[in-house]
Amino acid sequence: MNSSETIGRIPNRSKKRNQIKRTFGLLAPGVLLLLVFFITPMVLTVIFSFTNLSLTGDAAANLKFVGFQNFVTMFKDPELANSIWKTIIFVVFSAVIGQCFFGFLIALLMRGKNKTFRRVVGLIIIAAWVTPEVVVSFCWVAFLSDGGTLNKILVSLLNIKPIAWLYSFPMISVVIANIWRGTAFSMMVFQTALDDIPAEIEEAAVIDGASRWQITTRITIPMVRGTIATNIMLVTLQTLGVFTLIYTMTGGGPGNATSTLPVFMYKQAFVSYQLGYGTAISLVLLVIGAVASLLYMKVLKVKV
Amino acid sequence: MKLGITKRILAITSISIASVLLLAGCGNKSASDKKDKTTTVKIAWRYTGKNDSMERLYTDKWIADFEKKNPGIKVKLDPIKATEGDYFSKLDLAMKSSETTPDIVNEDSFILPSDAKAGYLEPLDSYLNDWDEWSNFTEALKSGGQGSDGKQYGIPGTTDSRGIWTNLAVIKKAGYSEDWAPKNWQDIIDAAVKIKKTQPDVIPFAASVSATNGGESVAMQTFEQLLYGTGESLYNEKTKKWNVDSKGIESSLEFIDTIMNKKKVGPSLSVAMSANFGSVIYQDKLPNNQAGLGMDGNWNTGNWVKGGAAPLDNVEKVLNFNLMPTQDGKKPGYVTMSGGWTWAMPKNSKNHKAAFKVLKAMNTKEMCLKRALYEGTLTVRNDVAKDSEYLKKPFIKTATTALQNAYFRPKSDLYPKVSIAIQQMVEAVATASKTPKEASAKYTTDVQGIVGKENTETQK
Repeated sequence: MNSSETIGRIPNRSKKRNQIKRTFGLLAPGVLLLLVFFITPMVLTVIFSFTNLSLTGDAAANLKFVGFQNFVTMFKDPELANSIWKTIIFVVFSAVIGQCFFGFLIALLMRGKNKTFRRVVGLIIIAAWVTPEVVVSFCWVAFLSDGGTLNKILVSLLNIKPIAWLYSFPMISVVIANIWRGTAFSMMVFQTALDDIPAEIEEAAVIDGASRWQITTRITIPMVRGTIATNIMLVTLQTLGVFTLIYTMTGGGPGNATSTLPVFMYKQAFVSYQLGYGTAISLVLLVIGAVASLLYMKVLKVKV
Repeated sequence: MKLGITKRILAITSISIASVLLLAGCGNKSASDKKDKTTTVKIAWRYTGKNDSMERLYTDKWIADFEKKNPGIKVKLDPIKATEGDYFSKLDLAMKSSETTPDIVNEDSFILPSDAKAGYLEPLDSYLNDWDEWSNFTEALKSGGQGSDGKQYGIPGTTDSRGIWTNLAVIKKAGYSEDWAPKNWQDIIDAAVKIKKTQPDVIPFAASVSATNGGESVAMQTFEQLLYGTGESLYNEKTKKWNVDSKGIESSLEFIDTIMNKKKVGPSLSVAMSANFGSVIYQDKLPNNQAGLGMDGNWNTGNWVKGGAAPLDNVEKVLNFNLMPTQDGKKPGYVTMSGGWTWAMPKNSKNHKAAFKVLKAMNTKEMCLKRALYEGTLTVRNDVAKDSEYLKKPFIKTATTALQNAYFRPKSDLYPKVSIAIQQMVEAVATASKTPKEASAKYTTDVQGIVGKENTETQK
């Protein structure tokens, strides 16, 4: 009996060992890629944020550890507070309110509509999303410029002087452009969620005499609550890092009216030649992103 | 079954390794260059758009001639397409690695000491000793190519002066004579106001104010032109201290505030903040009577010569180049900042010998004269300065006169960072996001952060 047990165990053990080997073998390439392209740059960022790394001048030749100096400068700099504030405005209005709200509204309105109609409308909205960011911002700059389409229409209809939108209303301009570009993502997410709601439930509500509004607020929204929360989190994180759109539309200006954290970071690193300081700012951006996701996970109970 | 899984693991591993190798291999192009015997020398400068004068200058037979005379060396023009603000960062990034560095770079004299200190540039002294033409370069201008260690890192290519470009038709319509010449800042403001009144569609006065797109031009062509006209300077060469929180800084900012906001005689913000500000004003508006006055450098002549971006017949009948007056017209009456661009060799380049051969050919008397004519800049060679063709250049007299009261930017490797603080200060005032007082206070903290509080003072 004893012997039969040991005989039975040996192949079992070696099988397990093999399985472990196999698991590691299969994971190795992924881990390697993560190490090279994800972990290393992150570690380097943390290290460089404590140095005076610079693009030019003495500091470019002689890298020195400067302790927390970058962080001290940053928290003393009123531009940081301004950038955080601008980032919050940009994220709240263009992502949380803009993209999620319009994405949901469009998805809701398109529900149960004729297939061809859905396809045409969907394609148009997705077109904005698949267009490269630079192209989108160029379109918006052209649309909002002094001699642009919007001003041409306003001037001919209202007979007013052309408005320099990008300079008079810079934040509103980039927010609208970002809503225009990003709504498709939320729309698609919500469409799939809404399609999963069994028709019977709403039919039952209709029979019970519920109004359209009541069905939406009492049944539809609660049923896709999880999706809404996940979507808000995804969109927030995407929008926190938006750089190209803002930089190419306004350059963070005029003054620093649209200088969000990524723009602020870029300016410090590549315009003021202070790479070390720039990386320190990127760490703050990272922390904000992490805090935001934790908050969402806690408050909205997003399942990860 | 077992074999299948092992195979799959192998396949996945090898694919991922292959892709890593592939990615790593992307930057490794130069390996193939070494095999054939010709050396390619890449020249980098800031590309200014269609009709770029430097491109015209070198593609106009010069490359072909050089390559014929020097078999084994190929010249490749590798201009960097960037705004003035981005050019230096792009160049610095490229010079950091031997894989990406050009072999000859165009360096503005303000950033050269800083890049030299960063270890990006090769000292040229030993090369220059063997070059008989080096003595023909104006002695005073050689310092523009020197690092703070006294070594020569750059060969001067151009120098320049700044003033007030004036459109004659516009100023005449505003009620002045064609030989209008401002005696102080108030004269400029008065003229701009009159232009606005008589010609509402014309931009009365234009100056570079966009920190994002204007870069160094905001600091030098706009702010420093004003500040040095108040009798103050950015940096006291004697005490080695930077000037902050001074009357001159505030009045310079007030001038900008008056132009842009109080009297609204500047360009609209969409023009002023545009990446194309320079070409819009000097290639389009000013030569076409749509702008009256422009505070900028003498090199704009290059736009209006034959083959330039906006050629004008008889340019001296259309425009005038006025000296920039001091604030109250006090002695010496006018003032200019002067700088210039130099040619340097990045340390990381592997082709120093061939590159210096190219440098010599780029800076012969003939080529320097041609460059001055193409670009509209002032020459750095004594023999070119006497050339009759050079002396016939439009506006050359005023541009050269201006140099008599020329100031140079601080020779400090910290200047590029201070310049950024200046640019932000000017933009904040021009866009009315800060008052001159607030902007000056911000500048004080910025500069103290860059150079240290103990290295600042208030002049006068």
